[in-house]
Amino acid sequence: MSIFGKIITALRGGASEAGEAIVDANATRIFAQEIRDAENHLTKAKRDLTGIMAKQMQAQRELDRIKRSITEHEGYAVSALNKGDESLAMEVAEKISTLEVELSEQQASFDSYEKGAIRLKELVKGTERQLADYQRQLSMVKTTESVQKATAAITDNFSNSNSKLLNAKQSLERIKAKQQDFDDRLQASEDLADEGSDKSLKDKLAQAGIGEQQANASSVLERLKAKQG
Amino acid sequence: MNIHLIANHLNELADTSDTGFTFDSLPIAGDVDVLQVTISGREEIPIFVSVTDDQILCIAYLWGEEEVKQATRSEMLEAMIEMNIPMPLSSFSKIDDKYVIFGALSVTSSLHDVEHELSVLSDNSLEVINEMADYLL
Repeated sequence: MSIFGKIITALRGGASEAGEAIVDANATRIFAQEIRDAENHLTKAKRDLTGIMAKQMQAQRELDRIKRSITEHEGYAVSALNKGDESLAMEVAEKISTLEVELSEQQASFDSYEKGAIRLKELVKGTERQLADYQRQLSMVKTTESVQKATAAITDNFSNSNSKLLNAKQSLERIKAKQQDFDDRLQASEDLADEGSDKSLKDKLAQAGIGEQQANASSVLERLKAKQG
Repeated sequence: MNIHLIANHLNELADTSDTGFTFDSLPIAGDVDVLQVTISGREEIPIFVSVTDDQILCIAYLWGEEEVKQATRSEMLEAMIEMNIPMPLSSFSKIDDKYVIFGALSVTSSLHDVEHELSVLSDNSLEVINEMADYLL
């Protein structure tokens, strides 16, 4: 069964009890070993690939050299024929024929390097893909186990500290109430600040003799005199 | 990345946080190191952070199976699955009989990413409980 399937089965079957592993430790170890093996294969395949690609490049250079040499000698042969030197032309032609044999041999080894490189590249890709998949699966196992252990630690912590996780709605209400309290206090302090600035403005106006004036003794006396008439 | 780096970062943030939150974090001992992160004003719904080989997991507990109205349970499950994609950064899951919301980050994430994740996860968890309240007892 796939790791995914195993985890689902284990979780559904209630294997999440503390101490019970999702995938037994031995299977996890074997899996980790498979990952290391795949990594080793990958390293080797990559090294082989580098080697074979270097040989392919050398073969390519050799091919180019032989091809240039053939073209060059074909030129010499034509020149010899133009000069009417049949035997020299023949000698050059023999050289060309040797070069052509060499060319076909070199072409054959180039082709075989090329095929090898393609095969190794496919192998590297395949191994990389497999490795990524193994790592993803191992990560699932480890994460599941880690969450189980973390849950155990959290649960222990709560039962030890005697505090209980609240019911969701109660928690939300309490948080909302705190937020409301905070908002109210913020509003109150803003109101207070507003009043403060209002008061200071009134003071300034009064000082400037604008707005409602404070009663003073002389104005009271004036008022009383006016009443007596 | 490990939980102690995260704890130090969150505790040193204080007023320099650009998420507007004040974090408090407390390591919990166990087989796996877990960091309990609380956000000031939201202490009732802590976020638990653990670090594995390749990821950082941030989990908040939403509600237990016993809080679910059984008559509309499948409707609730469907609503949760449908919300999984639209909900930014977080997804739903279930651990034993507890429904949870979680976010997973690569271990190569920056501390700033972790802080952002925690603030979004906390916002999401409050919003989810608010929206799913009808399905709960």
